[in-house]
Amino acid sequence: MIRSWPLRVAIATIGVWLLTALLAPLLAPHDPLVSFTPLLAPLSSDFPLGTDLLGRDILSRLIWGARPVIMLSLAATLLAYAIGVTAGLVAGYRGGFVDSVLSFLSNIILSFPVLVLYLIIIVALGSSNLNVIIAITFGSAPAVFRILRDITTSIAKRDYVAAAVTQGEAQWRILLVDILPNAAPQLVADFCLRFGYGVMMVGALGFLGLGLPPPAPDWGGMITDGRALAFAFPYLVLVPCFAIASLVLALSVVGDTIGRIRQ
Amino acid sequence: MTIIARRIAQLLVTMLMVSFLVHIALEANVESVAVKVLGQYSTAAQRQQWLIENHYNDPFLQRYFRWVWGFVHGDWGQSSHYQESITVLMKPRLLASAILASIALAITIPLSVTLGVAAGMRAGSPTDRAVSTLAILITSVPDFAMAAFLVAVFVFGLGWLPGVSTMAGGLSLRELVLPVAVLVLASTGYLARITRASMIEVMAQPHIRTARLKGASPARIIRYHALRNALLTPITVIMLQIPWMISGVIITEVFFAYRGFGTMLYQAALNSDVYLVEACAMVSVVVVVASQIIGDILQRWLDPRLRTE
Repeated sequence: MIRSWPLRVAIATIGVWLLTALLAPLLAPHDPLVSFTPLLAPLSSDFPLGTDLLGRDILSRLIWGARPVIMLSLAATLLAYAIGVTAGLVAGYRGGFVDSVLSFLSNIILSFPVLVLYLIIIVALGSSNLNVIIAITFGSAPAVFRILRDITTSIAKRDYVAAAVTQGEAQWRILLVDILPNAAPQLVADFCLRFGYGVMMVGALGFLGLGLPPPAPDWGGMITDGRALAFAFPYLVLVPCFAIASLVLALSVVGDTIGRIRQ
Repeated sequence: MTIIARRIAQLLVTMLMVSFLVHIALEANVESVAVKVLGQYSTAAQRQQWLIENHYNDPFLQRYFRWVWGFVHGDWGQSSHYQESITVLMKPRLLASAILASIALAITIPLSVTLGVAAGMRAGSPTDRAVSTLAILITSVPDFAMAAFLVAVFVFGLGWLPGVSTMAGGLSLRELVLPVAVLVLASTGYLARITRASMIEVMAQPHIRTARLKGASPARIIRYHALRNALLTPITVIMLQIPWMISGVIITEVFFAYRGFGTMLYQAALNSDVYLVEACAMVSVVVVVASQIIGDILQRWLDPRLRTE
């Protein structure tokens, strides 16, 4: 299964986008913010994907646009994991009151659509990169918490954990060394899927014009910019759509494959 | 019945918690509320005057409970942008979204259950592989990208359908096709995958083997022995997916300029229309928690074991 071609293509796609985000200044042929004279220029050797409504090179905007999408969703997912894993381990291991409070909180947050949460944050604090990260973290952390809590609850009852307690092992050591590794395969699979959700959400916020401020390129924003002229120049919209769909699809395929290997 | 009562109590507590948190986020800073309601060009004196007139000098908790009291009694306040009572604004928008969402669900649920059951009947069969591949493909395309692809094909390419759904000339089925299609595609893949996994699990159980050995036909096995069990997980999942679907409805409505609840919330946020955002947040929480309760009831109906606890 590890040698299956969809998995290879998926890993390659993720790698390409990560490298693109990392090496954007080196890869982009033009400055993504500078306008060139032929507005909406057709595809040419100078502008491989043409130029947009304001004469900016679409390829360069696509390359630079990978940065905010990947960085924001990755940061949010990592933060959600830091919070979800810690809270899940503690709640699952301690049980009782701590567990009830944390589970109740996570249920409340889970009953709140991420986008609604973000719209509230916008009204309260304004739109910024940090607020995008906060909103996505809020949406993801309770789900990670649930996974960890359920696994920890079932493993904490095993004999070897009781043995570790009897030996006087420190609690953090029991949680991190004895319990956490059991959750690893499920967490890796879930991480890929959740990273994909993060990418979707950053894209959606860009599309709604609530992500980055306008001149900065991001994939969702490019879609919105292009929509006014999509009837005549559909690639203005389709190029960033393909970019975002390819990244999310690749992450789903990897997450899905890891999930199946686990079974 | 006690369980349902407990869930309804939970719904009320959740609403209270959420409304409190939303209040802290939006109304703890009274100065900024005044700026949002009166606009940036209001003078400091005007804002002071407004704050006094609207009792913003009272302590936070007192204001919060006054708001709860009003909300419960159907007084949801005035939208500062539309200068109109929020309950009046909300009704047609909620109706529009309910039409959109219920058509989408009425297609999604039978479609994804059929696909999931067909795929999960025999794991690894060509049907299974086709459904699984298709499912992962369509779940991975974000709603707005799916909308853009569909518009490129059916509006710009073939010219069959309109690209916006403003419903300017009354309710039009043609204008509903694309938004419904986006919502259906966005959730069918995921639900089909869950149903498939649940079906595979059920098909591996001894009572299915017994039925097969007795000579029951595949149709009979599915209808009488497998389906009921296989639907338990997907029902929970559908109900847990509702928050995700609301996000999808907002994006789809904005994409097609459909005048529903989602577009209203989006515009309320862009206009810093504080009271309208608060009301919309409450409505979405009610929808989510109410659907969880419906899920509980359905599960109890399908699984007698849950009724006797």
